[in-house]
Amino acid sequence: MRHSFFSLIRNALGHHREWPPLWRDPDPKAAYDVIIIGGGGHGLATAYYLAKEQGLGRIAVVEKGWIGGGNSARNTTIVRSNYLWDASAHLYEHSLRIWEGLSRELNFNVMFSQRGVLNLAHSLHDVRDAHRRIRANDLNGIDAEWLDPTKLASYCPLLDISPEARYPILGATLQRRGGTARHDAVVWGFARAADRLGVDILQHCEVTGIPREGGKVTGVETTRGVIKAPKVAIVAAGHAGTLAAMAGFRLPLVSHPLQALVSEPMKPLLDCVVMSNAVHVYVSQSDKGELVIGAGIDPYAGYAQKGSFSIITEQMGALVSLFPRFSRLRMMRSWGGIVDTAPDASPIIGKSPVEGLYLNCGWGTGGFKATPGSGQVFAQTIARDAPHPLVVPFTLDRFTTGALVDEHGAAGVAH
Amino acid sequence: MEQPFRLKAGGRIDRTRPLRFVFDGKGYSGYAGDTLASALIANGVHLVGRSFKYHRPRGILSAGAEEPNALVQLGLEPRLVPNARATQVDLIHGLEADPVNCWPNVRRDVLAGLGLAAPLMPAGFYYKTFLASRHLWRHVFEPLIRRAAGWGRVPEDPDPDVYTHRHLHRDVVVVGAGPAGLAAALAAARTGARVALIDEGTEPGGSLLGQTRTLDGHPADQWVAEGREELSHLPEVLVLTRTTAAGLYDDGTTVVAEERLTDHLTSHGGHGPRARLWWLTSKTVILATGAHERPIVFPENDRPGIMLASAARTYALRYGALPGKRMVLFTTNSAAYESAIDLQSRGLRVEAIVDARPDPSGPHVDMAEALGIHIHKGCAVTATDGRHHLESVEIMLLSPDLRTVQAPRKLIECDLLCVSGGWSPVAHLYRHAGGQVEWNAEVRGFTPVPGPGLPRVVGSAAGTHALSQALERALTAGAEAAREAGFGDGSASSAPRVTETDALDGMDLWRVSDQPGDGGRAIGRPGHLSFVDLQNDATAADIDQAHREGLTNVEHMKRYTLTGFGTDQGKTSQVNGAVILARAVGEGPEAARLTAQRPPYTPITFGTLAGRRVGGLLDTVRETALQDIHRDLGKNGGAVFEPVGQWLRPRFYPKAGETMDRAVARECRAARQEAGLLDASTLGKIDAQGPDVVEFLERIYATPVASLPIGKVRYGLVCKDDGMLVDDGTLARLEETHFHLTTTTGNAAWTLNWMEEWLQTEWPDLRVRLTSVTEQWAVLALSGPKAREILAPLAPGMDLSVEAFPFMTWRAGAVAGIPARVFRVSFTGELSFEINVPWRYGPALWKALLAKGAPLGLTPHGTETMHVLRAEKGFILVGQETDGSVTPRDLGLGGMLKTKRDFIGKRGMARSDLQRPDRKVLVGLRTDDPAQVLPEGSPIVEAMSSARPLPMLGHVTSSYLSPMVGRVIALALVKGGRERLGQTLQVPLEDGDLAKVTVVEPVFWDPEGKRRDG
Repeated sequence: MRHSFFSLIRNALGHHREWPPLWRDPDPKAAYDVIIIGGGGHGLATAYYLAKEQGLGRIAVVEKGWIGGGNSARNTTIVRSNYLWDASAHLYEHSLRIWEGLSRELNFNVMFSQRGVLNLAHSLHDVRDAHRRIRANDLNGIDAEWLDPTKLASYCPLLDISPEARYPILGATLQRRGGTARHDAVVWGFARAADRLGVDILQHCEVTGIPREGGKVTGVETTRGVIKAPKVAIVAAGHAGTLAAMAGFRLPLVSHPLQALVSEPMKPLLDCVVMSNAVHVYVSQSDKGELVIGAGIDPYAGYAQKGSFSIITEQMGALVSLFPRFSRLRMMRSWGGIVDTAPDASPIIGKSPVEGLYLNCGWGTGGFKATPGSGQVFAQTIARDAPHPLVVPFTLDRFTTGALVDEHGAAGVAH
Repeated sequence: MEQPFRLKAGGRIDRTRPLRFVFDGKGYSGYAGDTLASALIANGVHLVGRSFKYHRPRGILSAGAEEPNALVQLGLEPRLVPNARATQVDLIHGLEADPVNCWPNVRRDVLAGLGLAAPLMPAGFYYKTFLASRHLWRHVFEPLIRRAAGWGRVPEDPDPDVYTHRHLHRDVVVVGAGPAGLAAALAAARTGARVALIDEGTEPGGSLLGQTRTLDGHPADQWVAEGREELSHLPEVLVLTRTTAAGLYDDGTTVVAEERLTDHLTSHGGHGPRARLWWLTSKTVILATGAHERPIVFPENDRPGIMLASAARTYALRYGALPGKRMVLFTTNSAAYESAIDLQSRGLRVEAIVDARPDPSGPHVDMAEALGIHIHKGCAVTATDGRHHLESVEIMLLSPDLRTVQAPRKLIECDLLCVSGGWSPVAHLYRHAGGQVEWNAEVRGFTPVPGPGLPRVVGSAAGTHALSQALERALTAGAEAAREAGFGDGSASSAPRVTETDALDGMDLWRVSDQPGDGGRAIGRPGHLSFVDLQNDATAADIDQAHREGLTNVEHMKRYTLTGFGTDQGKTSQVNGAVILARAVGEGPEAARLTAQRPPYTPITFGTLAGRRVGGLLDTVRETALQDIHRDLGKNGGAVFEPVGQWLRPRFYPKAGETMDRAVARECRAARQEAGLLDASTLGKIDAQGPDVVEFLERIYATPVASLPIGKVRYGLVCKDDGMLVDDGTLARLEETHFHLTTTTGNAAWTLNWMEEWLQTEWPDLRVRLTSVTEQWAVLALSGPKAREILAPLAPGMDLSVEAFPFMTWRAGAVAGIPARVFRVSFTGELSFEINVPWRYGPALWKALLAKGAPLGLTPHGTETMHVLRAEKGFILVGQETDGSVTPRDLGLGGMLKTKRDFIGKRGMARSDLQRPDRKVLVGLRTDDPAQVLPEGSPIVEAMSSARPLPMLGHVTSSYLSPMVGRVIALALVKGGRERLGQTLQVPLEDGDLAKVTVVEPVFWDPEGKRRDG
């Protein structure tokens, strides 16, 4: 059933009893052409594009819990493409362009809203880096502009731009095409669309082993039995390292908790995304009215999906300093996820040391924005057993060659 | 009439202190001791808000933290509190409160008609439409949805209040001061243990407050008072009220709690902080967090006048406020009968008890019958009526399988419907610590599953509803917790004898169908919605729909229907929603799973979280010993500062009427022609010593260390393991196994951490001690052709000649009578002495140098001049010429790297990409226009065009107008830059113009290095 306003009216007449399941709940088949490990946004997008654009027929997504229950459900939903390095800029811009038509493509409103993303500059160093990034974005065909404090004050009047601030705001970069999307809807939209193309979504199906023969992957061992496939893809943020270990190799990833939180729902007030690295916090307001707030990772490595309270108090100090009017609002809920981060803070996409086993991991704190683009280029990489041109810079062997895409140092854009 | 629903007597309110307040623009009165909710009830006000989606009239459901409906905007600017729960707001004189999400007022809400559109707004309707255009979504539909959503308003003004944090260690922390918590705290405190007892309420006592039952023959209030009294005499006991435990952190050892300090005192701000965040770290934690009564899901269960049975009783007994005149009780258990009996005894007329059980029995059932209350057995409420307030309920007979209802319908007029569907233990904090809950058929709720390392849970939070049992177990738990912490022998006194309530001999009735004979499916007919989550208007039909659409995992259902998504975080809806979903799947409550519960328990103020570290106090401001001098220098109020990390450094020292450019030009000329003076105290300084210090530094630095003789200084490079330059500085060898290291200002802490990380985690065998001495040494860099002439008279004991004190050496001695270490290093290319003296002597040295030097032209300069001078020499600035992707070789520093010895980054540098000939390398740029300063960060291209993406060759890292060179100079990183020397490239500018530049060597001043010796 296609979604539309008319189908909504038609179903209202039937008391909404006729809506079909968004996706089926099939039993695992004995074998597939491709098995995707990880039912998050990236995994489901990969399955969708494999089925839609690569013409592969038998595809399964195996998920140890419920789809979208990992980082897809735990991020702060920011979408932008204003990265410094060419390789990143091209990949994220590719993704942003897909975002712009995604609701229609999936026939599911992912609530992608181009409300603009601000990155604040608090020092001469920040200003220099911001300028560098804007100019690089421009030459890469990505919209970017500089707002001086006066323009910034009219664009986002909530910000405290007084020069007396501890770290005064000297201006900001703005990507108007950036924004936010509804993270659950992205997962469900891709799941529904993939399911319609015949993809089996297998929830509560945890991978316990990755069997190989003669250096080639042969499928996966799961809590729902052995499933065969000549091609297997690891798309499991937070657990890429443990899955790689099952396949007998190590990844240059470190896993850290990352927390986020929301305020109580408020009447609409903040109509853009604000990010600051120096006064470390980022915030947007959801359609339901909550301020969605994130900051930095917990410094210690770990697999627990929760973090330290001190991190939250620090980020709230930053938030209230930037937005003095927010002080009397209240935190309604906080949560944590696990981010797999590579040494250069860029993702690892492509082939693995095991034949037939592919990797899409290491997105660190910034993977959500790449969801559709990542799925699309990764699908082609799997289908053709060769990296898509956009992921060539992101293959695992960059750690051998040294051709890193270091987004840590680059303009300090950590997210 | 004032407070028409106030009882003549009774309740824990102070009738001698009447208070005036305003709600929704209308004045009322209440008493000290009231909550806003109890005062409204005493005034007969039940309609307090509008629901989220359909704007249906909503009333007060509960008397506590679980309240989903009664959200109010509290106070006046600038002390607004959005989304306050009226059930937990202490009434104060002059309080102003407004309902949220309605306009112009709660009775005549313009969006009230939205309920009629409910059929078009089922769960997740917004995912299925508004798909056509992202622009329409962004500019039309989304703004409409956003405007309709959200509760309170954000204050217009900054918060005038302050907040604070306090950390405390305890032996036992007890959360919740109801009967169980109080008993546990008493038992623990009697052993001498340090105990903290915290409670969200205004006073300890919890469910006992104002109650009719007795303990050891005395009224419950007396037992509570005696307990408080005893605790107040124990010196190691801390009792915190109005303090909500928000979360349990750090493996269940730290309770984080917000104490509200002034909101209950005055509406215009109190003295001292508004709230305090407690970090209570303890050896053992006892949770006595109680239980929340569950509503029953039935058609139209959301009208004002429908209230939890225990809440109605609390309002009457604790606050002396009657929530109605004629009530019906709809229950699944005998415990709720107590509410009907107590309310009847307070003058409320109980029209009927509707008991879902076909055959209820027990002492309270007998008592109710003896009082002449009519009990409709095996029945359920199937509909309600009343526009702004309940007027009647309709009841029908339940079928034996409980899934459908049967005629005849019976209408009962009433203005209060008390509801009890059982009790849900509060295991919020237990789950923060990793504890699990499971369905407990006996308790008919989800109770904590005990496990190692988890907190003790007592009272109704553990599912122990019988008071005598709860007290007994709590006393034992308190004594045992204290013993575990090293106090007492674990034995506890015996529990008081109590008058017991009826056991929870209830039944499960999760949902009343509104469709006779139908298969139990409640259908979203307009006006016949059965609400699960009252705040978010999530209905049972929504859950059915989620199930039909395959969202059978409870987390999916939650996200799709918004059940449990509100400010109450599902305290009254989570269990009902989970079980209704389980039943849709065809399973019982035992198969239901609850969604994750995460901190905070109830919403916690941002300001409290931030504490003192906001605004100007957000981060430490670091100042050198000379900061006052910098401030005073010059006639226009001293230096212009720039933040560098946590430091505020002088950027330049303008004279009266001088622009930055002119000031910097003057400072530059002085440094090159006479002498300049820079406060370089912010440079990171590390004292490194120990038998293995040479080995350690050899591994850390990419440049050689061991060959450095005592008395000499060397430039050092630190790389990360990927081979990229991350910091630079100097190493001075003080003794055989003792070095003085410097780092950049911005990276000082990072570099020390980096060294410590390797030392502590990878090479713990190395005997090395690293100590930050950044703030032990004030550093003044005296630089320029007259530097020696200025310094000589101040350092008579020091031979400053080139032969005796050559470049890259250091000497100890007295300068201006101050013990000093003098380093002959240069960041300007001129003859320089970096004079290190103990921090507090910095000002004295500065003054002495200027006294001698000023007549010779010595001029203080700031960071801007330092940047120009070093750029003229082609010296890099880490963070400006580097960005984590630049190797020493890229910067032309390859010759300094060790070739034989290993160091961090050596393998990284050996990788093929780092050997590529076309890497971006440091070059100089000469602009065609000698006055064209290039914006730093600008890209460099072969030839500008409109093609996108347009390949970039690199970027401008530094660019200044050099007064000595007489033109603009620039440094840049350019692909294959060495091969491009002499080539003309383009720098596109912001305004669309192009700057033409020629690639040149990156040294613009004294390329032969003749000036460094003066």
